[in-house]
Amino acid sequence: MSLRIDHSIIEKWVAPKSRLLDLGCGDGSLLELLRDNCRVEGYGLEIGAEEINRCIAKGLNVLEHNLDEGLTRFNDKSFDLVIMTQALQTMRFPHLVLDEMLRVGRECIIAFPNFGHWKARWHLATSGRMPVSDLLPYQWYDTPNIHFCTVRDFEVLCAEKGIKILRREVTGAHGTHALIDLAPNLLAVNAIYHLSK
Amino acid sequence: MPKSDTNSVGLVTPQILDIDEPLSLACGRVLPRYQLIYETYGQLNADASNAVLICHALSGTHHAAGFHSESDRKPGWWDHYIGPGKPIDTRRFFVVAVNNLGGCAGSTGPTSINPDTGKPWGPDFPTLRVRDWVHSQAKLGESLGIHTWAAVVGGSLGGMQAMRWALEYPDRVRHCVVIASAMKLTAQNIAFNETARNAIMSDPNFCDGDYLAHHTSPKNGLATARMIGHITYMSGDGLGEKFGRALRTGSFAQGSDELVEFQVQSYLRYQGDVFSDNFDANTYVLMTRALDYFDLAREYHDDPVAAFAHASARFLVVSFTTDWRFSPERSREIAHALMAANKSVCYAEIESNFGHDAFLLPNPRYEQVFRNFMDTIDTEPRT
Repeated sequence: MSLRIDHSIIEKWVAPKSRLLDLGCGDGSLLELLRDNCRVEGYGLEIGAEEINRCIAKGLNVLEHNLDEGLTRFNDKSFDLVIMTQALQTMRFPHLVLDEMLRVGRECIIAFPNFGHWKARWHLATSGRMPVSDLLPYQWYDTPNIHFCTVRDFEVLCAEKGIKILRREVTGAHGTHALIDLAPNLLAVNAIYHLSK
Repeated sequence: MPKSDTNSVGLVTPQILDIDEPLSLACGRVLPRYQLIYETYGQLNADASNAVLICHALSGTHHAAGFHSESDRKPGWWDHYIGPGKPIDTRRFFVVAVNNLGGCAGSTGPTSINPDTGKPWGPDFPTLRVRDWVHSQAKLGESLGIHTWAAVVGGSLGGMQAMRWALEYPDRVRHCVVIASAMKLTAQNIAFNETARNAIMSDPNFCDGDYLAHHTSPKNGLATARMIGHITYMSGDGLGEKFGRALRTGSFAQGSDELVEFQVQSYLRYQGDVFSDNFDANTYVLMTRALDYFDLAREYHDDPVAAFAHASARFLVVSFTTDWRFSPERSREIAHALMAANKSVCYAEIESNFGHDAFLLPNPRYEQVFRNFMDTIDTEPRT
């Protein structure tokens, strides 16, 4: 449910006919949405066999690629937009991925789960154990999410790197809400950023 | 022919096309007329929009699927992937598989009679390049009423043909499937081919390629060439898993003076012998040279992106993790060049222990990727 929320927000931000790259594109549902509604020239990079199969079946462009190996083969500014949804926290070096996204793309869009959300804090504070939820159903030892961050963490990183935040949208479990914007680091489940250098 | 396989195209009969039109070759010579042997599977639809061309690799033939007789025990070389319900589904597609020019399975080649001399061409058969095959295949397509291929598909050297098709006839290839291939061979790859050719040419029975006139054949050389090829088409682990150090004869018991033969030795020797009984040495030389000479982007300022800019097909590129003759890196280069040229492309890297040979063998993920891609191809006739 919350993934669809990011997708519909991203859809509004994407200029029609953009040439874009979706890092960790999963089953291609975002690429499909953007192809059908924004007529983008989209390419997805994905490592999961089943996800790649689904992208192929949808007639999308998908390349099997391990993002931890970087984007060295991609030329500077070879895409209008580089997107990564719900995958930054799975990267071995998220800060370097961010650099690479803004090298390869003129702009980038990143969506990630906010670990500063009050439920995560509550879970950790009361049970003393790493949060496990519907959205993040893994145990600490088997989770692919090895680099969680909070909304504030992410913005500090952007400031350090001189990355411009063009737009930000924060969402709760049921979409956007004015209340969430008041205290995003505490109330946002997901954060979506549109960035440029 | 096993009766139980309901996914087989069943009995198939090769057909021969005589082309009485000269073919200007890349080497500058002209073949005044030539013959192509081919097989077809499935039915061509009303507007001839469901045709798939299969391009074969080094030692392939037109016999890609099905059986030649009831007593035939082995199906065509790509039977795992062509047939009703298979990735190249003959219920939807009309499949054309052709023996390449210069081959030795029925198309005009070094063993054919040179009309000018009345003797076999032998070593005088023109040196061919991949594009010559593409142009001859286009003639075959035209004779069958096929202007545009729904897909041109090939593995290894066949993948090179598929890519060349997409550049030479961009408006006649809707989809291009390039499996375990490369835009050009590496030095190591050329070195292996040269070693194989050297084995053939240094066989005393090679007679400078004129062995047919001398009623002989460089069988030992050809078998050695095949053995070298065979080793490189498998992975070290795959070979180890299949044979290990198992012995066929002899033992290492103390006091035993008998020579020991490993299983892998007898296997390789068998493969070499079967091959050299059925294949022509000059064809082997010709095919390996075509592989060596191929360079997709040579005439595009050595820029693969500029080369692929000419293509309009949608591409599927597939590689296999343990393939070290056409490594995944070569396929990644293809996929990335296509992406940089803004072309449609899917790329999958299939986990397999079988090296380069994996493209011929059953593999669930490979099948699924291949099937999903082929399933996206529209085969409904336009009315």
